[in-house]
Formats: sequence, C-alpha cells, structure tokens
Amino acid sequence: MKSAVITFPGINRERDMLMALEATTGVKPISVWHTEASLPNVDLVIVPGGFSYGDYLRCGAIAARSPIMADIKAKAMKGLKVIGVCNGFQIITEAGLLPGVLMRNADLHFVCREVKLKIENNQTFFTNKMTKGQIVSCPVAHGEGNYACDGETLKRLEGEGRVVFRYAEGSNPNGATNDIAGIINERGNVIGMMPHPENMIEPLHGKVDCRPLFESLIAA
Amino acid sequence: MKAKIKVTLKNGVLDPQGKAIEGALGSLGFGGVNGVRQGKYFEIELAETDNVKAEATLKSMCEKLIANTVIENYEIELA
Repeated sequence: MKSAVITFPGINRERDMLMALEATTGVKPISVWHTEASLPNVDLVIVPGGFSYGDYLRCGAIAARSPIMADIKAKAMKGLKVIGVCNGFQIITEAGLLPGVLMRNADLHFVCREVKLKIENNQTFFTNKMTKGQIVSCPVAHGEGNYACDGETLKRLEGEGRVVFRYAEGSNPNGATNDIAGIINERGNVIGMMPHPENMIEPLHGKVDCRPLFESLIAA
Repeated sequence: MKAKIKVTLKNGVLDPQGKAIEGALGSLGFGGVNGVRQGKYFEIELAETDNVKAEATLKSMCEKLIANTVIENYEIELA
C-alpha cells in the first residue's frame, strides 16, 4: 500500500502521521507539499492535523481550495482512499468530500486530552482490524470538532452505518451531534475523524490502542 | 466598485460565541439582552464596473469560499 501525507502551511501533525504510517505498515509514505498540482501514484492519501492557514476564514476552508485538493477530490471520486484527521477532517469536509461541518466546540474550550472512542463500523478500510462496538482510547486536540449536519444527512449517516467512530458515553469533548467522532462517505473510500489515532500507536504514547487502525490499511 | 458581504449563522445553528458575548454583556451590567448572534463582515474591492456581473461573481465567491452554506447565510451589498 503506497500512501501520501499532504502538508499545508500551518499543518503540524504531518510528521506524526508519516512516522505512524511507516511504523505500522512498514512502508515509507510520500510527503507531499500543498503546491503540487497532482498526487504521486498512491493508494491512500492522508490529510493530517494542524492549523492550516491559521484557521483563517473557517477551519480548513482555505486549504480545501488549494490545487492539490482539486486533484485529491478528482481521484477520490474514482475511488482513491482518503483519510482526514482533525484539521484534515475539516479540510476534506470543506472540500465537499464528506457531508456536514465541524463547528466551534460547544463549550468554546480547546480540548486536548484522551477520549474513549467506540468503533461503530468495522467494515471500512481503516477499521477492519477492529471489532464492532470496541472501545479504544484516543487523544483529541481541537477547538472546532463539533460535528453538525442537516437532519436528512444525519438520518442517512446513521441509517447507512456511515458513523465509523463515536465518542463513547460521557466522552464527547465538543458537543458533536450524536457523539459523532468520525464518518465515511457513501462510496466507502473517504474517512474523516477528529481524534488523533497516529498519537496512540506505540508504548511511548502511553497506549497502543489505535495501532490496529493503521494495520487495517495494510490489507487495503 | 466596493462590495459588502455579511455572513451570518443560519437560524437554529448553535452559536456558542454569541452565547459567550451575551454572558459578558450581562456581566457588564447590560440588562435586557435577549440574544446575541455573531457573524462576519467582508469588504471586497472589485475592478468590475457592471453591477450585474459583479453581483454574479460575488455570489459565486460566497458559494465557493466566503460562506459555508451548510450553516451560514450570506448577503451581498454593492456600494
């Protein structure tokens, strides 16, 4: 599995993601700068976390309109696997790859802590080494992770099993609708999530709960 | 020409920043504040001189970037 990690100005989790991918899959990912007009030949693209363009206008709004995103969008329409983590989730949502929006945390606080995450769907390319209903620890670090969408979209996400990750009971750090922490698109090739699984994969992180997520990618 | 664009949260969309401002106004002693909604305001200088064309361009700008129409409304005013 060949992968690429995209870096925009203001992104700060790209190294964590590059290291996590290499440590778990054994394959060195390609680092791609946002000004590239097209992607290298890869099976998976990860848009990592950070504060692209200083969160100006809206989180992820400017990065979502960059040249590399146009290519990611076109290739995602043809089945390229895409994962957006934290700011990456905001970016791919702003780009229209996933429905809804990430709003300011309901209590206005930036949250930086560990949460409990429930695997709601283990039939995705990023969760197939997990079991359905499994609860794992995962760090979050964001000020705008309050997932919201219109009622019709919510009905579809829930009805079609497209809520992949949910904050476990009592663990919702941001007021997200239905405790939604991560979703997948209709085609099943684009996943966005607020928590940072790349920071819970080796003993130095305290726990290795999220390692199986990355191991799921090997088969993908 | 100059355009003014107002972006506001749609009705029913939670506005925690507006709530915080409302609370702060209360603690400053301003009574009778029944609600605060925070929005954004943009001034855009355009080379275009035709109002109709300018308005169409501005609408496209709002749809593509300036507003997130999932949660926001926008109003365009040409000066």
